[in-house]
Amino acid sequence: MDLAIKLSPATEDQKKLLAKVEKEAGTSVNLCYQCGKCTAGCPAAFAMDYPPRQVIRLLQLGLIERALQAESIWICASCETCSARCPRGVDIASLMDAMRRQALQQGKADKRVAAFNKAFLFNIRNFGRAYEAGLLLQYNLTTGQPFKDMELGLPMMMRGKVGILPETIKARNEVKKIFERAEKLGGAE
Amino acid sequence: MKFAYYPGCSADGSGIEYGMSMERTAKILGFELQELEDWNCCGATSGHNTDKLLSLALPARNLAIAEKTGMSMMTPCAACYSRHRHAEHAIQHDPEMKKKIEQVLEMELQGTSETVSILDILANKIGADAIAAKVTNPLTTMKAACYYGCLLVRPVEHTGFDDAEDPQSMDKVMKALGADAIEWSHKTECCGAAMVTSRPDVGNPMLYRVLKDAKESGAECIVTACPLCMLNLDMRQTGIEKRFKEKFNMPIYYVTELLALACGDDPKMVGIEKHFVEAGKYLQTVKIRAAEAKAAAEKAAAEAAAKAKEKAEAVARAKAAGKTADKPKEEAAAAEPDQKKIEAFKTALTKNPDKMAAKLVDDPARAEILATTLDEKRIAKLAQLMASDMEKAKKAADAFVTAELKKQGDCQD
Repeated sequence: MDLAIKLSPATEDQKKLLAKVEKEAGTSVNLCYQCGKCTAGCPAAFAMDYPPRQVIRLLQLGLIERALQAESIWICASCETCSARCPRGVDIASLMDAMRRQALQQGKADKRVAAFNKAFLFNIRNFGRAYEAGLLLQYNLTTGQPFKDMELGLPMMMRGKVGILPETIKARNEVKKIFERAEKLGGAE
Repeated sequence: MKFAYYPGCSADGSGIEYGMSMERTAKILGFELQELEDWNCCGATSGHNTDKLLSLALPARNLAIAEKTGMSMMTPCAACYSRHRHAEHAIQHDPEMKKKIEQVLEMELQGTSETVSILDILANKIGADAIAAKVTNPLTTMKAACYYGCLLVRPVEHTGFDDAEDPQSMDKVMKALGADAIEWSHKTECCGAAMVTSRPDVGNPMLYRVLKDAKESGAECIVTACPLCMLNLDMRQTGIEKRFKEKFNMPIYYVTELLALACGDDPKMVGIEKHFVEAGKYLQTVKIRAAEAKAAAEKAAAEAAAKAKEKAEAVARAKAAGKTADKPKEEAAAAEPDQKKIEAFKTALTKNPDKMAAKLVDDPARAEILATTLDEKRIAKLAQLMASDMEKAKKAADAFVTAELKKQGDCQD
């Protein structure tokens, strides 16, 4: 982690991008007075390159690209502790969420997390419901670790915790259309 | 009480015991669950990580169906609960977003739905007393760490049925079932959630810390109301033990499983044998300890009763002996147990002199004189007499008043 940062005034593009992220998150980074309560309570901060407080600081300084490249946003588990405790009411968890979506759009997502999310949504899009067994298999295959958690597969099956086939709903087409229309409308924003 | 029921995708998969025990819980407590027709997945974390509008529209379709039933929608899964509460919040407070959601769904939303969690229903809508009344096999001596995790109590503005830092709803339920809900610091810490699968380097230490704090705080089991917390704590526990070289052997239960068991269900009825960490043995241990505790309590009660009986018999014997032989002994035996009575009368005379004086002296004017002239000496005398012989006490009280009147008369002369 490079602690020395050379500052220059934020460009129009940076400002625009930050405004977009803030709007989506429904919160403002300028409320933050850098007390560090978010980092203190974050259960995943130990693994982050920039802990939550520093991510907010990057945004305050207009360094949004650096924030979007931070590993932190993919380490955040969305536990919401930071938002619940922020004395200034900054919704940090929602910001992390908005930044993940932004990074995903820019093709900067953490490969493993993105693969997991893709596999998860693929199931819903096609069956209307999540299919846990298919999800894990698909995730393992796309991330090139076919034997991950294999020791858990058989016990899961023996306990009747894995369906052989995905469960499907009647309104599958309706759900598929929700995906399509959300993509269209979301993109227009 | 009737609810639209949203089981969530895990209820007949990895969280099958949750689904089974939820249905049992409803039956036992007498509320009805009507499964939401043709519900779809809420999108969970993957949804809100990917597309905000999609992450609100997926649960909103379920809310639209729930609205039409006119019932509140109950979902056992913490993540499903959170996503539906998020969508509800957007529909009710963000008109712009509501419009977009309606466009995506091609449906109009009234915004009248209300998603509730099982903890809210158990602790607040049914209540600990009503639950305790159904308990037939109390979980006495069970040491349980009530684990709420993240999404049942956060974000505060979307949940709000319990305290975000030190929630109590599950603790109340567990106490109603007879268990000890231990104090610990990780009741709302994150278990690592999907990170345990996608980023085990991050998720595993988080999971480890929850197990470790429970153990160090004296818990013998962890109770959860979230299928993902269960999956991580239960299925991944052996892996965590290996990685961190520490044995936990910590059985994990759904709160609904324990409720059903405490109300007389057989462990098989709620799927206890499907757990990864052996969970049946500890229930047996609790059963044996509870029986021992019950037997010990009964023995203590019986001993106390026997002692009291013995004492009463001794008093009766002393009385009978006193009648024929020496009187002072009888007085001593009779006066002894009256000490408490005497104290009680003393307190009453000190605190409520008017009331007590009226009891002792019939004439109100004379009673008032008594009440205003009671000093320590007179109170002691009267209390002693009242405890043994009310008539004597009345006479003494009357004598006090006469003496007082005489004294006042003397002064006037």
